[in-house]
Amino acid sequence: MRNRTKLLLLFVLVIISVLLYGFYDIKGGFDYAFPRRMIKVAAMVITGIAISYSTVVFQTVTHNRILTPSVMGLGSMYEVVQTVIYFFAGSMSIWIVNKYLNFGAAITAMVVFALLLYRFLFRADKHPIYLLLLIGMIIGTLLGSLVTFLQVLIDPVEYLGLQSLLFASFTKVKAELLYIAFGILLIAFIYGYFIMKKLDVMSLGRENAINLGINYDRMVMNILILSSVLIATSTALVGPITFFGLIVANLSYQFFVTYKHSVIILGASLFSIVALVGGQFLVEHVLELRTTISVIINFVGGIYFIYLLLNESRAAK
Amino acid sequence: MIEIKGLTKQYGKKPVVEDVSVTIEPGMITSFIGPNGAGKSTLLSMVSRLLDADTGEVLLDKNDVKKWKSTEFAKRVSILRQANYINVRLTVRELVAFGRYPYSKGRLTAEDNRFIDQAIEYMNLKDMEDKFLDELSGGQKQRAFIAMVIAQDTDYILLDEPLNNLDMKHSVQIMKILRKLVDELGRTVVIVLHDINFASVYSDRIVALKDGKLVKNGPTNEIINSVALREIYDMDIPIQEQDGCRICVYFNSHTTS
Repeated sequence: MRNRTKLLLLFVLVIISVLLYGFYDIKGGFDYAFPRRMIKVAAMVITGIAISYSTVVFQTVTHNRILTPSVMGLGSMYEVVQTVIYFFAGSMSIWIVNKYLNFGAAITAMVVFALLLYRFLFRADKHPIYLLLLIGMIIGTLLGSLVTFLQVLIDPVEYLGLQSLLFASFTKVKAELLYIAFGILLIAFIYGYFIMKKLDVMSLGRENAINLGINYDRMVMNILILSSVLIATSTALVGPITFFGLIVANLSYQFFVTYKHSVIILGASLFSIVALVGGQFLVEHVLELRTTISVIINFVGGIYFIYLLLNESRAAK
Repeated sequence: MIEIKGLTKQYGKKPVVEDVSVTIEPGMITSFIGPNGAGKSTLLSMVSRLLDADTGEVLLDKNDVKKWKSTEFAKRVSILRQANYINVRLTVRELVAFGRYPYSKGRLTAEDNRFIDQAIEYMNLKDMEDKFLDELSGGQKQRAFIAMVIAQDTDYILLDEPLNNLDMKHSVQIMKILRKLVDELGRTVVIVLHDINFASVYSDRIVALKDGKLVKNGPTNEIINSVALREIYDMDIPIQEQDGCRICVYFNSHTTS
């Protein structure tokens, strides 16, 4: 099957799952339910694309297919920023009340974090993937503990506000952020149009890319910023989903055997929309909201993650 | 013309390359030789801007390498390093096509395809151009990478130990192709070599490094003699002539340090 056919097939699946989610069992108040469902779909589409896009470019730049921005603790950074703002400035501060300012602060912190991570972990000599993974876990735990520590000290009433900020999910999308998220994605796409071919060259490794005239170190910077901004967007919208990027990126690598980032990113995005919208459909109508989609994704993704690790260690022998 | 002027690179306090100045003569094969840790690869990396020098400069056509636009530089000078681990699945032809990136930015023209075909032909890869790289042997893979560099169509081709991990047959094949590139197409090849005899038989000029310093620089026949080699390798190496080639018989040599 050619890649174009495969993409078309996935696109049809996307349409089917969106229609199914939009119209299934829509009793009585169509005018009430339908727009609400579509807001969720919009959030899922934006999240799905943002996570796929950021994961694939992050993996190209760091030359691995197992670590993702979320696994390295980038998602937790969002919680840290929000908690720190609540702790020091309180819920009435401009940094919380003004959604744009809040978003900007979160993005800035995540970009800085991503650049530091790259500077100390990926740029220097090649560390074994297990060491990187271990460091990622430790960073994640450290940030998690820091967040918990601060949260315990916060006034309980304030904490409720913080909680609603952190525990976003697809069932409780922050619709007011949809416009910013959409705008960011649009900019990311326009930028992506110019760098797709460069990304293809960068997957040959630093030395080959420089040889072919890529301004490598600057590109890495730009792409890490892009990746952090996209992860920040999706986290702000629906909260952190650790293993999701890993699943869709690897599915796409396996399904489309190609070096072309345009195909891989598009494929991963379509996979993720099908998984999110279809998954949310199952959660709402089959499981009747007894669990959330993030739980399912992290469960399935965790298993897949272990499978990939085992595969990697076998290949390394 | 590439001029290297007073290049120095330190890792921590240890200088790896110290005040090296060399001019690369066009239309020739220049070999960088020397013991392990002499700084050959580091020097080559700095010439090809993979690595920034601490002090000193590299000039291409009288202009500092750092001031060249990176795509323009990529049309003049190509570099191939020894470790080429790629984690995407590429066919030989796709890899070679990357060599045209500085010209076409990924949208191949008919002219690009002509260069790609020529490079594949040149490296005898025609019958395996649609095979994936991970299906090839070490020697075939190395040839595919060299084909990419040939498709890049640069005046200067820099190669860092291209014979590593290759058997005798493939090593000879590759050196003969480099010779052809110089003699037939007028390219300039700079190559880091471990095996002194390949340097002796195939190169026009030799640059010898030791502990990061330049110790010898000249035409091959001035370097391949026991006196010069003792200075470079701390070994007494007898030399034998065979069909006009000087062969260093170093296997039983007394080592002085």
